[in-house]
Amino acid sequence: MKLHLKKMIARPKIIIYLGIIFVLLFLPRILSTFNLILFEYGLTFAIAALGFNLLLGYTGLLSFGHGAFFAAGAYGVAMIAKYFPELYSMEILIPGALLLSFIISAIFGFLCVRHTKIFFAILALALSMLVYALVFKFYHITGGSDGLYVKIPSMFGITFEGVRRPQFLSGIYYYFLLCIFVLSFIIMKGIVNSPFGKALQAIRDNEVRAELIGIRVRRYRLYIFIISGMFTGLGGALWSFINGHVTPDISHWVFSGEIVYMTLLGGFAIFEGPIIGAMIFTFLKLYAMGSTVYWMFIMGITLIILVLLLPTGVAGGFKSLTDIIKNKKFFSGEAYDVNR
Amino acid sequence: MWPIYILNGLYFAAFMFLISLGLNIILGVMGILNLAHGSLYAIGAFTAAWAIVALGKGASITFIYLSLISGAVLAAFFGLFMEYFLIRPLYKRALEYQLLVTFGALLLLEDVMKMIWGGEAYYASRPFDILGKIHILGNPYPAYFLFVMIAALFIGILLWVFMAKTKVGTMLRAISLDREMATALGLDIHKLGTFAFVLGAALAGLAGALVVPTTPALLGFGMEPLILAFIVVVVGGLGSLKGALVGSLIVGQTRSIGIVIFPEIELALLFLIAAVILVAKPEGLFGR
Amino acid sequence: MLIAENLKKYFGDVKAVDDVSFEIEEGEIVSLVGSNGAGKTTLVNLISGYLMPDSGKIIFGDSNITYASAYKRIKIGVGRSFQGASLFENATVLDNVRTPLFSRYGKIQKGFLPADGYTDVTNEALETLNIFNIIGKKNLSPKDLSEGDRKVLDVAIAFALKSKLLLLDEPTSGVATGDKFKVMDTIVSAIRKGNISTLIIEHDMDIVTDYSDRVLVMHEGKIIAEGKPNEIMQSKDVLTTLFGIGD
Repeated sequence: MKLHLKKMIARPKIIIYLGIIFVLLFLPRILSTFNLILFEYGLTFAIAALGFNLLLGYTGLLSFGHGAFFAAGAYGVAMIAKYFPELYSMEILIPGALLLSFIISAIFGFLCVRHTKIFFAILALALSMLVYALVFKFYHITGGSDGLYVKIPSMFGITFEGVRRPQFLSGIYYYFLLCIFVLSFIIMKGIVNSPFGKALQAIRDNEVRAELIGIRVRRYRLYIFIISGMFTGLGGALWSFINGHVTPDISHWVFSGEIVYMTLLGGFAIFEGPIIGAMIFTFLKLYAMGSTVYWMFIMGITLIILVLLLPTGVAGGFKSLTDIIKNKKFFSGEAYDVNR
Repeated sequence: MWPIYILNGLYFAAFMFLISLGLNIILGVMGILNLAHGSLYAIGAFTAAWAIVALGKGASITFIYLSLISGAVLAAFFGLFMEYFLIRPLYKRALEYQLLVTFGALLLLEDVMKMIWGGEAYYASRPFDILGKIHILGNPYPAYFLFVMIAALFIGILLWVFMAKTKVGTMLRAISLDREMATALGLDIHKLGTFAFVLGAALAGLAGALVVPTTPALLGFGMEPLILAFIVVVVGGLGSLKGALVGSLIVGQTRSIGIVIFPEIELALLFLIAAVILVAKPEGLFGR
Repeated sequence: MLIAENLKKYFGDVKAVDDVSFEIEEGEIVSLVGSNGAGKTTLVNLISGYLMPDSGKIIFGDSNITYASAYKRIKIGVGRSFQGASLFENATVLDNVRTPLFSRYGKIQKGFLPADGYTDVTNEALETLNIFNIIGKKNLSPKDLSEGDRKVLDVAIAFALKSKLLLLDEPTSGVATGDKFKVMDTIVSAIRKGNISTLIIEHDMDIVTDYSDRVLVMHEGKIIAEGKPNEIMQSKDVLTTLFGIGD
């Protein structure tokens, strides 16, 4: 135990994380309900983007179809609400959403991982649009363009009859979401640092040699594709409780593009990058939408400037800065060369 | 009624052909999947509509039809800007960045169109009305649709000749076949890339211009053609003119017949076909 | 260790490998020389499994590996390095060697601990880096290494996979002339220590003379001479075909 503690203190990162979590525990008291809910949106997108980045940053596969998994999670919740109301409790909803995301990402993954780069991106896009089209057209089941309503579920035996959503969201749901976020963070970080994670990065860096050293490229791509889809689906499910309403456009490729956007904004070369990106994106989009009718212009130009000037994203830019300040070598073992 | 459905299918196919041809040229020569292609199509539509309306009622018939070309021209200009400011700086970087920057362009252009043309629908039906109807097998059929089909065919042939017989065309084909070899042979990749992008943009704009006499130009109406164009490229194959033709025909007919028989899943059916082809023959029917 | 019998590989009219037979003993270092286009790389591709022969046999130890996949061959101990060092550019030097070890020990599908937690595998990787004199650079990226170190790392990766036969494709090409011997010293001492059979494609005759036990000379797909380095260097036929010296 002593050795462990010593090791922990030697690594400043862990202390920073603990500090952040500590602060987050008090957030409901610091932020207004409006900003807290916005923050919660950011957390759900953060989980989705972290999941997405397992595929992009660590395995080198760009998917423009992750909206389909987000939708799987969100619609999973909404469908249970509509068709199995007696099962409408968080303990069932989360596993249910994960299961649906698992199924859809397994199917997509099986079809997609035989291809790379452009074909992979197009196939993922096409499949997610297939989901979009199906959700849209089968409106008797899915509510079509009107979507489905997501009421507050019961959680661990507690029901929330008569509780209004903002109250729910700033109370027990916030802590629940925070727990799931921290758990997801730890699990994904574990995956990335494990031998499996190293193997994925080897696949990203040199597919041919990776195969030669015995790494089963297609199989591992499939595994991480599914894991990635499930976390994005988890994000979607958690998002549905905040939003209260699910519509087909979360499966549209433009929404998938927003997930890519967030990840790039924060930086895909660093593990925490997507979290930062998701937060900034959520607040940026709202600010843009609130201040001008031409908010898409702002989002578009921001993305373009980002891609042209800050290829490693906000987190990457920040990291380069701290590295220069610390006068360290500009490389840490986590960075991913964008000019490959 | 069947001949009418088939004719409609050919009419859809004509558009898809022009749009996907542009997409294919850009994809083949530059390796970029231009996510903003639908936006260029929409720009072409808005421009042509505006031009036709601006010419007013008294303008001669020739001018009315010539004004359709304005759509191609403005789209080409936007394509030029895009290539120079967005694509060219990222030439050396990974493909994903180019994809992302065209996504940014899509968002941007959507609002640029809003800024220039506002949020209203632009109607410009004169070119359609002038041509009236022709009787085919006893059924009246809009002659404009036939005009579009003939125009698309004409352009297709023109492009085929250009690619096969001219120096520039051959150079473009060389680059799309083997980029490294082309550079080694001393071809000016940058200039030719710009040319390809502008050409692709012009084709998209032209398609938009041709559609506007039949349906009003609206914000966001470049999205569906974009997706359909992806499907055409996927089905027909990358880098193949023949593929674009066949792909367009398949998509066009599926759309036309699908709307009648399976109205609910007609869109899904198209994606299904695309997915099947991507799985079975990923290079597309005629791709490399 | 390795027996090649009557190997043939034709590409249309080009007889890249034309009825080649040779043997490599255990622990032997054999150099493969010849002018460009003689078929050396094709031969190595056939032995390592990148290409399949049109006819002939390849026996490694007790196994007939003639048509085995490249991956299988690596598993049973046929390792290779590449002319343009094929590395994992975004991983550390340590990981470049450690990840193959993880793969070798089957840790990838079963391991859930952080990679650094596997001390035995990590130590083995460090030991390998030590043997190749690049342990000081373990946290650097391959991009920060000199060409010589990159080639050494490439060989280290093949070495880490416990290859019993190493095929080295021009290990000193692209390396600064002053460093060539240093690189070869490092590589060869590691090879000798492990008693690994090695086939080296090399153009630099000084290196060939200094480090090989035996030399095979290839010309237009055939082996035209075989023997100890100094015998070969004095053979008139060899000098003519290789260097155009003589009549």
